[in-house]
Amino acid sequence: MSNQMQHNDSLLRFMTCGSVDDGKSTLIGRLLFDTKTILADTLTQISNTSKKRGMEAVDLSLLTDGLQAEREQGITIDVAYRYFSTGTRKYIIADAPGHEQYTRNMVTAASTANLAIILIDARKGVLTQTRRHSYLAHLVGIPHIVVAVNKMDLVNYDQAIYDKICADYLQFAEEIGLAAARDIRFIPMSALNGDMLVDRLDSMHWYAGETLLEMLEKAPAAHTEQSEQFRFPVQFVCRPHASADADLHDFRGFMGRIESGDIAVGDAVTVLPNGYQSKVKAIQLGEIQLQSAQTEQSITLLLEDEIDTSRGDMIVKTDEAPEPVKQIEAFVCWLSETPLSPARTYIVRHTTRESKAKIGAIQYKVDVNTLEQQPTTDLKMNDIARLTFKLAQPLMVDSYKTNRATGAFIVIDESTNNTVGAGMIV
Amino acid sequence: MTTSKKTLSHLDWLEAEAIHILREVAGQCSNPVLLFSGGKDSLCILRLAEKAFRPGRFPFPLMHIDTGHNYQEVIHFRDQRASELGERLIVRSVEDSMKRGTVVLKTPDEPRNKHQSVTLLEAIEEFGFDCCIGGARRDEEKARAKERIMSFRDEFGQWDPKNQRPELWNLYNARSHKGENIRAFPISNWTEMDVWQYIERENLGLPSIYFAHNRDIIMRGGAMMPANVPLASGEVINVPKAGEEVINMQVRFRTVGDITCTAPVLSDADNVSKIVLETATTTITERGATRLDDQTSDASMEQRKKEGYF
Repeated sequence: MSNQMQHNDSLLRFMTCGSVDDGKSTLIGRLLFDTKTILADTLTQISNTSKKRGMEAVDLSLLTDGLQAEREQGITIDVAYRYFSTGTRKYIIADAPGHEQYTRNMVTAASTANLAIILIDARKGVLTQTRRHSYLAHLVGIPHIVVAVNKMDLVNYDQAIYDKICADYLQFAEEIGLAAARDIRFIPMSALNGDMLVDRLDSMHWYAGETLLEMLEKAPAAHTEQSEQFRFPVQFVCRPHASADADLHDFRGFMGRIESGDIAVGDAVTVLPNGYQSKVKAIQLGEIQLQSAQTEQSITLLLEDEIDTSRGDMIVKTDEAPEPVKQIEAFVCWLSETPLSPARTYIVRHTTRESKAKIGAIQYKVDVNTLEQQPTTDLKMNDIARLTFKLAQPLMVDSYKTNRATGAFIVIDESTNNTVGAGMIV
Repeated sequence: MTTSKKTLSHLDWLEAEAIHILREVAGQCSNPVLLFSGGKDSLCILRLAEKAFRPGRFPFPLMHIDTGHNYQEVIHFRDQRASELGERLIVRSVEDSMKRGTVVLKTPDEPRNKHQSVTLLEAIEEFGFDCCIGGARRDEEKARAKERIMSFRDEFGQWDPKNQRPELWNLYNARSHKGENIRAFPISNWTEMDVWQYIERENLGLPSIYFAHNRDIIMRGGAMMPANVPLASGEVINVPKAGEEVINMQVRFRTVGDITCTAPVLSDADNVSKIVLETATTTITERGATRLDDQTSDASMEQRKKEGYF
């Protein structure tokens, strides 16, 4: 693997989908343990807890044991973030509970992930929850899927069982359009014993593919795969006109993060929604002047002309400007215990811009287990529906399929300020 | 367009994310404050704030909640850094809360870290802050692993782990009603190693006690404690009790907090690159080695956070 390994010290965000029974916590614990992320005092702590609970071996799943509130109930109630590094790459794991009641947590974890590990128990094969996890990973646009057939030790490392599960999964993945849209890989493993995670071990010579860690090391980081149009939502305008430095009196810096695409000094740009046009005069990152900048960099843009621009505006390249819209159609996952009320006005936050929004129509609700479309008039927590919002302010959107940053929005309930919905524009 | 785009290095990515978060605070909140202790994490955040807002001024003041039990080196460094930056520094002290009677110690030598919550909430009310930016990281402690980047606190400053706002993509929701408060954590996704690598790359100055130095140490409660530490007030704390032996050792601090509950580690790392190496090979977690306040019980951080702690 060494000759193919990337030496760019990049960062990969991935998520794990599965329930406690699939060995998800053991998988994460094993990854952390085998990459030497677990330090001696933590190991002592969990080995003491393992003994206290009457277990013979150290239970690696305890590494992801969370809050007191969760231990009391023996469940995971929220997404937890874990970190490890291999020296060539830093990893952020979003560890989401897999139960149906926690669809909202899975969607949350998926929103920032570029790869999903979908765990299947080798004894049970493709289950309803496997379909649910796969559908959600697909909906939230995770480009890389690793289907991990776990607990191979409990089926005598039988290749026929593994092959059957892979075939079943592929058939289902084709049905929902996942196979065509995403990069899907399969791997047999035993997280408990550490087979095929970091080490290959001896029990599955019939499998010649990569270990899990090899797959993770090679998976592209976000935003490197497709060319995207330049989208720069303005977060903050820097006008230090009261500064003692006379040179700064006319300084007008547009600060933000490049959500997609790239930009260079001299490029023709348009500021939306007003449509003012100008050229990029300078690009700054701290005290450094850049000639160009790319996706995910937080920069300051200076334009040739004095243009009245504020937070919530979007700077784009003039020849690829989106049309501001006052209506959006989207898949929305409802996140709040208070159901959606079609009569109410909500706030939609899209990039750095907010607009009041009213429900136009709810086309249908998706049953996340059967993937059936059902007519509905309301949305409860964990429901996913296709619906239309009418907007008070224009938004500069792309479809979620082409742009995960400018195709996404959240819905806020103004009375509580809670985030109550997550939207992906069709 | 070509696909030969460069992938950002992990430090560049973390930096860009943190700058984005700081600018979201500035864009969404009307009266934020940056908590600054002079410690390594908050020094990283000051550097990030420079990159986020210069050539303008920071759109928030700096504030330190001083327990009165801080190392003088750190306090000097804090003041020096704030004045170099030309930014306003507010200091509020736990000792003033004690005088007001809002903080009551069980014993005179009780660690004061957890009492910072009271003083912090008093300062939030005094200035009407709607957001406090802090240097907490998710890798520090398990109660922090589930913390949001923008974390909502109610009127009593309480964190409710079962009722956190969902946080998706990079669409942060920092809205709050009057009296409520957001805690924002721009370096949530950084590890101790990332912090040291960033300090090395950006060539950031640090208080001297982060580097290996000789110090008188006593063993207390199974941990190494610095002995006879002079405070700014002239008082000396951690005076050896009868039977406690004083040993001079070469140590450094991995975290810097209240003197009574922050223990040093044995080390000969006297510069940042040696510390990066030491961090890569250590076998003890950052807080496990050095934070006595986290070791009271399995859930002590979770408990303090529910009560308004950072």
